[in-house]
Amino acid sequence: MKYLDEFQDPVLAGRLFAEIDAAVTRPWALMEVCGGQTHSIMRNGIDQLLPDTVELIHGPGCPVCVTPLEMIERALEIASRPDVVFCSFGDMLRVPGRDRDLFGVKASGGDVRIVYSPLDAVAVAEAEPDRQVVFFGVGFETTAPANAMAVVQARDRGLANFSMLVSHVLVPPAIEAILSSPTSRVNGFLAAGHVCSVMGTGQYEPLADRYHVPIVVTGFEPLDVLDGIRRCILQLEEGRGEVENAYARAVQVGGNPVAKAVLAEVFEVCDRSWRGIGLIPGSGWRLTPAFADFDAERRFDVGDLTAEEPTECRAGEVLQGMIKPDQCEWFGTTCTPRTPMGATMVSSEGACAAYHQYRRVDTPVSVRRG
Amino acid sequence: MCLGIPGRVQEVYEARGTRMAVADFGGVTKTVCLAYVPEVGVGDYTIVHAGFAITRLDEASAVETLRMFAELGMLESELGQDEPVP
Ligand code: SF4
Repeated sequence: MKYLDEFQDPVLAGRLFAEIDAAVTRPWALMEVCGGQTHSIMRNGIDQLLPDTVELIHGPGCPVCVTPLEMIERALEIASRPDVVFCSFGDMLRVPGRDRDLFGVKASGGDVRIVYSPLDAVAVAEAEPDRQVVFFGVGFETTAPANAMAVVQARDRGLANFSMLVSHVLVPPAIEAILSSPTSRVNGFLAAGHVCSVMGTGQYEPLADRYHVPIVVTGFEPLDVLDGIRRCILQLEEGRGEVENAYARAVQVGGNPVAKAVLAEVFEVCDRSWRGIGLIPGSGWRLTPAFADFDAERRFDVGDLTAEEPTECRAGEVLQGMIKPDQCEWFGTTCTPRTPMGATMVSSEGACAAYHQYRRVDTPVSVRRG
Repeated sequence: MCLGIPGRVQEVYEARGTRMAVADFGGVTKTVCLAYVPEVGVGDYTIVHAGFAITRLDEASAVETLRMFAELGMLESELGQDEPVP
């Protein structure tokens, strides 16, 4: 398909690898923020083809992975109610709570339904007016426009039986949390391209200035990822720390103004806990007071449910780039995608699952070095 | 859920006042909401997250980026062996 195949071209990949080789004079650690990029890096074996001096650290950019346990528990609690139809993106169903997941709730009779778009949940609410339809509104700035529109449509259609359990997270505060952590080894960031398609690149300028760090807006195909790495390395070698757009075909400086206007109407910034990382101030979105009637946490009163993270899982260290997934003692033995101990193994976008899927004895390599 | 997929708009229609489309994702077609991309029309490529188009893929930028990649390493001489990218 157009703009897909071209950005997987092995010959051009070889050129980009050669440019990176030529530019690097010392070790650098780069973090790809988004789980989609982690997936692309693993699938194409990019990390193994880079010079040894360039290390990729896999960031917290998988919304399934960072949704805190207490929010999963709230979802399980609400989904278990007999009057509720609980709608969710499929990835969330296997996320382990304390002693069960949403699949478990479904298996024991709960009405849990997988939807492709949040508008499907609105349609369910309209078709089944006697049921309470709850949508699990998770994700980064990329899924937020979809979730926001679902709430707007529910309001416009007067659907009193629709609500949303909102657990939105935001990328820039997470980057700042990593930058300000004393244990951080990250020298430069590949920022998540599609987050910037929505929000634009302006939010990253103050971070690049304050921490003097390169932040390169990067796409998801192999050539996109390589170009993001190349530009990041060039900045580091030249002592620059700037915001750069390596994904111009999908990212405008100002983002998507129509989406931003709706997001500003529906969501407001709040503090949010990230699974494995902890509380990051100002790192989430919740519904604005104008949409409070659609807030599932108010409607079902499960707001003060708390839960402790399991101690064995080392997803927190993985998410902060302190260990690689295969350095966790449970990786591939006790913990597998079929029996996940932590959320980074549940989602296919999670770093542990990406390692498990692609890091076998023979790593498939679809791009080659020049 | 979080992975955005590029699709090509095949057909645009209105559903209860909202602009919708049928888009092709490499052979699979799905319904996509165009509310956020008023500039997108039939034949355009767009990135879709959770059933919503969030941005139009700009063809000129795509071509420009590929041309830049193709020109990388020109100075180091190995040019001419590989086909240039349009
Ligand atoms: S391999 Fe499993 S237990 Fe180890 S950090 Fe990853 S998800 Fe947690």
